[in-house]
Amino acid sequence: MSLITTLARLEAVRTGRAQPAATVRHRHLSDRPLVFVPLITAGEAGAPLGALVGTDRDAPHLLVVPQPRDRDLRFAFLAELAGIVLPHVEAYADSVEAAERTETDPETGKRVKVEVDLCADAAQLIVPSRAGVDFVRLLGRSMRFRRTAEQDPEAPHPAPPRVPLLGRWLTHYGERARVPGSSLLLAMTDLLGRHWATGQSTLEDQHLGALLAWIAPDDEELTGAEAARRVELARDADGQLLCPPAGPATDPAFDNKLLAPAIERYDRARTALAAAEDGLEADDRLGALTAAEREIRALVESRTRPTWDAVWRGMDLLRELPAGAHVEDRWTRDRWSFTSHRDRVLAGEPPQPRRDDAVTAANKLATREREQARLEAQEALDDPLVMAGRRLAGEAFAGEVTDIVMAYSESKRPSPRPLVTVRTDDRPHLGERAKVYRSLGGKPQAAEFVEQQEEGVLVLRVVDKMGRGKEPEAGSVPKKGDRVCFTLFEHEQRGGAKLPDPERTPWTHGGPPGEKAAVPEAPDAQTEEDVL
Amino acid sequence: MFGQSQFAFTRGNAFEARVKADGGAELLRLVHEKLDRGAEPPAVGHVPDLSATGPEGRAARTALALREATAGTARAPGLPGTWTLLDHPMLALDVAGSPAYLEPDAVVVHPDGSWTVVEIKSFPVLDGSADPAKVGAAARQAAVYVLALERVAARLAPAPRVRDRFLLVCPKDFSNLPTASTVDVRKQRAVTDRQLARLTRIEDIADTLPDGVCFSPELPAEELTSAVEAVPATYAPECLSTCELAFHCRARSREAGAVTSLGRPVRAELGGLSTVEEVLAAARGEAGDPDDPAVAALRRAAELRAEALAAAGAAAQEAAVCL
Repeated sequence: MSLITTLARLEAVRTGRAQPAATVRHRHLSDRPLVFVPLITAGEAGAPLGALVGTDRDAPHLLVVPQPRDRDLRFAFLAELAGIVLPHVEAYADSVEAAERTETDPETGKRVKVEVDLCADAAQLIVPSRAGVDFVRLLGRSMRFRRTAEQDPEAPHPAPPRVPLLGRWLTHYGERARVPGSSLLLAMTDLLGRHWATGQSTLEDQHLGALLAWIAPDDEELTGAEAARRVELARDADGQLLCPPAGPATDPAFDNKLLAPAIERYDRARTALAAAEDGLEADDRLGALTAAEREIRALVESRTRPTWDAVWRGMDLLRELPAGAHVEDRWTRDRWSFTSHRDRVLAGEPPQPRRDDAVTAANKLATREREQARLEAQEALDDPLVMAGRRLAGEAFAGEVTDIVMAYSESKRPSPRPLVTVRTDDRPHLGERAKVYRSLGGKPQAAEFVEQQEEGVLVLRVVDKMGRGKEPEAGSVPKKGDRVCFTLFEHEQRGGAKLPDPERTPWTHGGPPGEKAAVPEAPDAQTEEDVL
Repeated sequence: MFGQSQFAFTRGNAFEARVKADGGAELLRLVHEKLDRGAEPPAVGHVPDLSATGPEGRAARTALALREATAGTARAPGLPGTWTLLDHPMLALDVAGSPAYLEPDAVVVHPDGSWTVVEIKSFPVLDGSADPAKVGAAARQAAVYVLALERVAARLAPAPRVRDRFLLVCPKDFSNLPTASTVDVRKQRAVTDRQLARLTRIEDIADTLPDGVCFSPELPAEELTSAVEAVPATYAPECLSTCELAFHCRARSREAGAVTSLGRPVRAELGGLSTVEEVLAAARGEAGDPDDPAVAALRRAAELRAEALAAAGAAAQEAAVCL
């Protein structure tokens, strides 16, 4: 946390309201985001209890697993989820535009431009909290190796047809969410926490209700701390939280007092139905079973609906901020990621492996590092408040141009190398001949640090973006009296050294995948009884 | 069962029962495979009865069973089947001058007479890795058991070896099949040992309390609250995930305006300033020594923040005019 953010948090404590931590919106928000509010069963790995999902804030789809430990009911839930998520994703996957990509020609080894399809937009998935992002990954992992009856007629418990495909998409979204600055899968708490500083710790900010209580409390009379406390702790006469946690974990008091008895009634009704001896009795008992199921559905809806509404309210707040200038650029990268996964699915490639091979893993790490640097640079350029943090840290400086002296390089064809004097109150950490950059019409212009004339007066030599002529192009050199802002970090990130193809993995990293990789991964072992 | 979902509780118990079924055959097989492959594989596990009345009785019974099992292996070294599984033994550990009773999930006595702590957890190991926070918590827990076992071992001659790797047993992937891995707890053991040695003795803490203070949960709420308020609170946000009194301490910390209520790292960059008002006054230039680097940095930060917000506000207004 930078000192500027700390100051904003302290200011929030004093005023009782969250303070801005950004002046623009740094993440892309889709016009039609798919919101997913899942709940899980405590103690089980990836056993969903229910979810609200959809794109219409007034009409979410409610999915419920009345007995979470029943494999068939879980599969029914996942099939229903696939029936909502996949058509949404595929609608985006089908609409493409032409784009160019540089590829290495396999025959000549030259870099050539190829025309490829790029999805015109990508499906965005929004969950309430970071734990929700982890759950999306977990769901993806639990589904992508399942076999359907069509793939393997011998499989003991075949998965419904579209479930493995949903697993592959959710895995892709979960994996992409680890790339800094990506917006395919976002957690609302992260989004709000990025743009507002509350008067509580980042740990408490993980509670969506408490976070919103600081930013936009229902009751204007209360301070953020009071409103957040009410959200965290207030319980009704039944001992239930007035504001249920955003999940996917549920409140233990809810599990013990409401959910467990309801599931027990459901189990009893099911056993009774199975034991029914004639049609008339079965009809009666089916009615009881339906009633028991309806009760669990109502319980799940009562715990997810407040979170669902909170996610949409967070979205309203975020849409009030203007989008940062580079947000579109990063979203285009998300579209490429979306398109490449679509292409892998269309090409009939197997699901993502359990463990990445060395080259894929190294590539992923390199991407995350590069995107982190890109995100930091772009956020600073888009947002004066972020730039202020970089200036405070000595990684950028802003000031007024007080003098320009024309100079030229000492080559056969002298090029302009004007000397610019900048007066600044900032204290940048400039080494000898350090490179600095400023944004010129969206492109970085580089300059070299020459000397510090006196405290806060810096002389820089501009070295590029002035055209080919002897005289610099109009507007390419700052004028006396201009306000300028230079950064010590680069604005654009270069890719690192290219990694070898997986077939050429060196032995130090496990060697080529060879035949191992050709064998599709086996599905997870299943135990006979599914109820512990 | 306070604060735990009965679903998690049931599942945890069912998994533990499954792992320990058949006289711990599966559990001993895992210990053999992961920790002691050189030893004779366990044929029959010996599972002594550890029941006794009261924690002292159970702890004594456990110590006796450990001694017998270890002596048995010494008499007949390498004899097949001399593996002993202690199911839910009771151990005593001196904490700040008062005994604390601990109940590991299991302790295994190897044929060579060494002892291993076993922890059975119901969080899954997915593709060979588990949640690092949960594994870390299990390791800290096991380290305490290792320490307590070492105290028991020290009273025997020759003192048997307590292994510094414990066996963590978890469900594999999405199934209820057990998988195990060994975790080295030397570091956690050393840290806990040092912390225990440095703890202020309970009598000394009690001496600092006002006379007549009582924390019995049976007291009326009002009396109990005032008793709890009689002791100072040291709060940090991490307390929220581990302590039921955390909300009480948070309220007191906020009342006092302590900056630590925003997180421990916040303190680090604020130098000697410890309350919200102090920091804000220093930032506004109303208080604090301007030569203090922390104060100077705060003022600069406040200036830069105000400048950036003003610039953004002006830009927003301009945009509004253009519309």
